[in-house]
Amino acid sequence: MRFHTRLLALAATVAMPLGAAQATELEVTHWWTSGGEAAAVAEFAKAFDATGNKWVDGAIAGGGGTARPVMISRITGGDPMGATQFNHGRQAEELIEAGLFVDLTELAEKENWKDVVNPPSLLDSCTLDGRIYCVPVNIHSPQWLWLSHKAFEDAGVPVPTNWDEYVAAVPALVEAGKVPLALGNQPWQSNLLFGAVQIAIGGIDLWKQVNLGKDAEAARSPEMAKVFQAMADAREMAEESNVQDWNQATNMVITGEAGGQIMGDWAQGEFQVANQVAGQDYSCLPGLGVHEYISTGGDAFYFPKLDDPEQTKAQLELASLMVSKPVQVAFNLKKGSLPIRGDVDLEAANDCMKKGLEILAAGRMLPSGDQVFSADTQTQFNDLMVEFMKDPSISAEDAQKRYADIVENAD
Amino acid sequence: MDSSTATLPTSHAARAEPRGKKPQRRLSRRNIIIYGTLTVAAIYYLLPLYVMVVTSLKGMPEIRLGNIFSPPLEITFEPWVKAWATACTGLNCDGLSRGFWNSVRITIPSVILSILVASVNGYALANWRFKGANIFFTILIVGAFIPYQVMLYPIVIILREIGLYGSLTGLVIVHTIFGMPILTLLFRNYFTSIPEELFKAARVDGAGFWTIYLRIMLPMSLPIFVVAMIIQVTGIWNDFLFGVVYTGPETYPMTVQLNNIVNSTQGVKEYNVNMAATIITGLVPLIIYFISGKLFVRGIAAGAVKG
Amino acid sequence: MTRSGGNAPPDRGSAGGSRMSSNRPIRLFRNLNAKISAIPMIATALVVFVGGTVWTIIYSFTNSKLLPRAKFVGLDQYERLWNSNKWLISIENLFIFGICSLIFSFIIGFVLAALLDQKIRFEDTFRSIFLFPFALSFIVTGLVWQWLLNPDFGIQSVVRSLGWESFDFDPLYNANIVIYGILIAALWQGTGLVMCLMLAGLRGIDEDIWKAARVDGIPMWKTYLFIVIPMMRPVFITAVVIIASGIVRVYDLVVAQTSGGPGIASEVPAKYVYDAMFLSQNLGQGFAASTMMLLSVAIVVIPWAYLEFGGRKSHG
Repeated sequence: MRFHTRLLALAATVAMPLGAAQATELEVTHWWTSGGEAAAVAEFAKAFDATGNKWVDGAIAGGGGTARPVMISRITGGDPMGATQFNHGRQAEELIEAGLFVDLTELAEKENWKDVVNPPSLLDSCTLDGRIYCVPVNIHSPQWLWLSHKAFEDAGVPVPTNWDEYVAAVPALVEAGKVPLALGNQPWQSNLLFGAVQIAIGGIDLWKQVNLGKDAEAARSPEMAKVFQAMADAREMAEESNVQDWNQATNMVITGEAGGQIMGDWAQGEFQVANQVAGQDYSCLPGLGVHEYISTGGDAFYFPKLDDPEQTKAQLELASLMVSKPVQVAFNLKKGSLPIRGDVDLEAANDCMKKGLEILAAGRMLPSGDQVFSADTQTQFNDLMVEFMKDPSISAEDAQKRYADIVENAD
Repeated sequence: MDSSTATLPTSHAARAEPRGKKPQRRLSRRNIIIYGTLTVAAIYYLLPLYVMVVTSLKGMPEIRLGNIFSPPLEITFEPWVKAWATACTGLNCDGLSRGFWNSVRITIPSVILSILVASVNGYALANWRFKGANIFFTILIVGAFIPYQVMLYPIVIILREIGLYGSLTGLVIVHTIFGMPILTLLFRNYFTSIPEELFKAARVDGAGFWTIYLRIMLPMSLPIFVVAMIIQVTGIWNDFLFGVVYTGPETYPMTVQLNNIVNSTQGVKEYNVNMAATIITGLVPLIIYFISGKLFVRGIAAGAVKG
Repeated sequence: MTRSGGNAPPDRGSAGGSRMSSNRPIRLFRNLNAKISAIPMIATALVVFVGGTVWTIIYSFTNSKLLPRAKFVGLDQYERLWNSNKWLISIENLFIFGICSLIFSFIIGFVLAALLDQKIRFEDTFRSIFLFPFALSFIVTGLVWQWLLNPDFGIQSVVRSLGWESFDFDPLYNANIVIYGILIAALWQGTGLVMCLMLAGLRGIDEDIWKAARVDGIPMWKTYLFIVIPMMRPVFITAVVIIASGIVRVYDLVVAQTSGGPGIASEVPAKYVYDAMFLSQNLGQGFAASTMMLLSVAIVVIPWAYLEFGGRKSHG
C-alpha cells in the first residue's frame, strides 16, 4: 500500500507542473458560503482569473471554529493553501511569529497601503514588528440597533431614535404583546450586545480605557456600573426571546414580533431577502443612536509561504488585487460590507450602508474586539455575558466585578 | 472440515427467522400491544422527519411565517434541486453533487478496511488469545472515549512523518484507526458468544487461523457485520472533520458541501435547502440500512451447536 | 505446561498450542497468525492512543495557544480549569446526561428489539424507521429539535392551540431542565443503533433455548429476564461502551441545539475542550481539560476492562 501511495504521489508531482504550465493555481480557503457571500467571493476570483492565474476555491463554512483546525493542520502538515481568510488582529500572531506567512511589506510600500487603507487600524492589525502580513478586505461593524416599525406601530408609540427612547417604549411594547428586544442564545450575541451598549452608555473614553488600556480600575468605575445597569435592563427586555440563532432573532424583528435587535450590519441581508425597506419597514441606528461610533472589524487574507516561486508571485498579485479600487467596490457591494479604502465611491449602497460610510468618513471608529483582545479573553467575555443575560440571579454588580477581573488578566 | 461446513447456519437463506409464536389472529391483545408500542415509537422517530420533509418543500416566505407543522401551501421541489445541483459553496455552484463521488471513494475502502481489520482483531482476541493481547485491547477501549479533536494535531504529525498527509490513503487509515476500538469490541464480544464447540471441532479437523475465520466465523456473524457496517457507513459518510482536515480540496467529501450549505454564519439562512441537503446526504446510509437489513437473519441456526 | 506461571488463562488457542513444546523461541511463534493479524491493533494502541495521549498530557503543562509549543507553566492550566464555573457545570451536566442516556438507551433499545423479534410484519420498515435518525447530521438534527422544542412555535404552541392553555414544555429555554431537552434529541438519534445491536444479539440466541423455555412453561418475560438477557452479556457490554463513549464525546448536538445555553447551563466537557482549543485558541487549556476527561475515563474503564477481559474468559 505504501508503494502504491508513493506511485500516486510521484504521479501527482509529475502531473502538477504540466497543468500549471499556463496558469498558476492558487487555492484560497475562506468561510463565505451563503448566497451574497459567495457572489462577493466570485468578484475576487473573476479579477484574479483575469490576470492569467487560476483561483481554486476552498470554501469551508462555520467561521473560525471550523476553519482554524483545517488551516493549522494544513500548514503544519506541510500542505498549505495559497491564501486563506482569517480574522485579523491578535488571532494569527503565532503563525506569523512561526514564519509561516508571506511578508507583504514590499508590496504594501510600493502601493502605498498606509495612505490608502482607512481606518489605519485595519492595517495595524496586519502588522507585526513593522512588517505587514495580511490584506484587509472589508469592514463589518457590530454596533447596530435594528428596529421594527410594525412593532412600534402596533404598540402605538413612535419609532425610537436612540437607546433611551427605546427603553422608554418598553412598557408600550409589552402591553402590545411584543418582545421588546430579540436576542439569540449563542454566547457571542450577548457579548456583541454588551459591546454596543458599552459604547452607547459608557462613551468613547471609557471604552478606550478599558479595551485599549486594559484598565481594570476603569472597568470597576461607576461609569461602567451604568453600562451593566443598562445590560440588566436589556436582560429584562430580552427575557421572552426564545430563539437560538441571530437570524431567528432578526426574523422576530422582521415579522414585528419583537421591537428590535442589536446585531451587526450583516443583519441587513435578512431584511433585504424579506423585501423590507430601510427607513420604511425598519430602522437602523449605528452606535444605538447615542454615540454614532462603530468598531471596525472585518476580514483579512493571509498568504502561507509556498515553495514554488511562481505561486509566490501569484500570491502577491492576488494581494494587490484585493485592495485595488474596482475590486473593492465590486466585492463590498455584493457582500454588504464597507470598503477598506476611503477613496472609492459606493453609489449603489443602501441607506444603512450609507450611514456607515458617513461614520467612516467622519473618522468615528474604533478597533474591533478581535483587534484588541486575544481569542481566549474574548471567549471569557462571551461566557460571562451569556451567563449574565440568561440568568437573572446574577446581579449587575457581580457581573461587573467578574468583567473587571477578566480585563485585569486580559492578554 | 466437512463436518463444520455442514453445521453452517442457513444464513444465505435471505429470510429472517425471528422467534415467537406464529402470527395469530389480527386483533389479539398481544398484537395490539406490540404494534401499538411500535407505532407510538415510530411517531416519535418520524415527527422530526416530517418537519424536515415539510420544511424542505416550502418556500422561504412560508417558512418565515413560523408554523413548522403545517403542510406546505405550495409544494416546491426547488430546495431539493438547489441542494443537490446548484447550491453554492464559495464559487462552486453545483451543490452536493460535487462531493458525492468523493464521499463514495472515501467511504468504500474505509468501511471495508476498517471492518476487515477489526473483525480479524476481534476474532484473534476472542479465539486465539495470546499474552499481552488484553493490554492492547484495554488501551483501545480507553481510546474509544477520546474526543476526536484532541487527536487532530498528533495525527497530523504522524501522517506527515509517514508521508501520507493529504492523501486518500491517509484518510482511509485514519478512519480505520478511529473505527477500531468500537468495532474490535463488537466483533470480539460477538465471537465470544459463538459456542466454543464449533471452534474446537474445527481445530480437531485441523483447520487453521484463517480457515476457521473464513469458513465458520464469518458466515455465522452476518448480523454483527451488518451492525458494523451500519456504524461505519454512517460514521464515515457523515464525517466532516477528518475529511476536511486530512485531505485536500480535490477530494473533499460531500459533508464539506453539506456543512457549507447548512453552517453559514453570517449569510441568509435557507432552512428549506438545509433540510433537503440533510435528507439527501442521509439517503445513502439509509439505503444501506434498508438493503442490509435483509442480512439480519438468525446468526446461529437451531441445531448448529449439536452439529 | 504451556501455561507457565498460570499467567495466561485457559484459552482457545491452547487447543493447538498445547501440542508444541514450551521452548521460549517457539512460544513466540505460537498463534503466529493471530499475532500477525493483531499488528494493526497493537500499532494503533501504542502509536496513536498511547502516543497521542502522552503528547496531550505533556502539552497540558504548557501555555500553548494557537500552536503546540513547549513552554511549560506547571499546573497553571489545571488551576484555571478547576476554577472555571463553566467546567464544573459541564461535569455536572455530563453526569446527569450520561446516567439518563445510558438507562433510557438500554431500555428503549432492548424493548424495541424484543418487539421486533416477535415475527412481526413490516419488521424491515420499523427497523429502518428507528434507525434512520442515526444517518442524519447532528447540525440539522439539533436544528429540528430546537424548532420542535421551541415554546413559541414548537410542540408547546401546538398543544396550547389545541386548548390546553397551561401546557408548559420549553426544555431548551429553562436552565434547570435544558439537559433533558438535549437528552430527548440524543435518544432520538442514537437508540436505533442500540436497538440494532440488541437485535443482533437476540438473533444470536439459539432457537432451542426458546423451545425449551416454552416446553417448561416459563412465561416469556421470565425467559427474557433470567435466560436471554444473561446470555446477551457480551452484546450488552458492547452497547455500554458504544453509548458511554458517545456520551463522553457529545458535542455537536449541544452546539446545534443550545450552543451551551441558556447562559452556560448546557455546557459539556467535550465542548469545553473544543472551545478552548479552537475558539479560545488556548490549546494548553484544552489539553488540560481533555487530560482530566481521559483520566476519569481511565479510572473507570481500566479496572473494569481488566476484570472483564483480562482475568478470565467471559464466555456467555
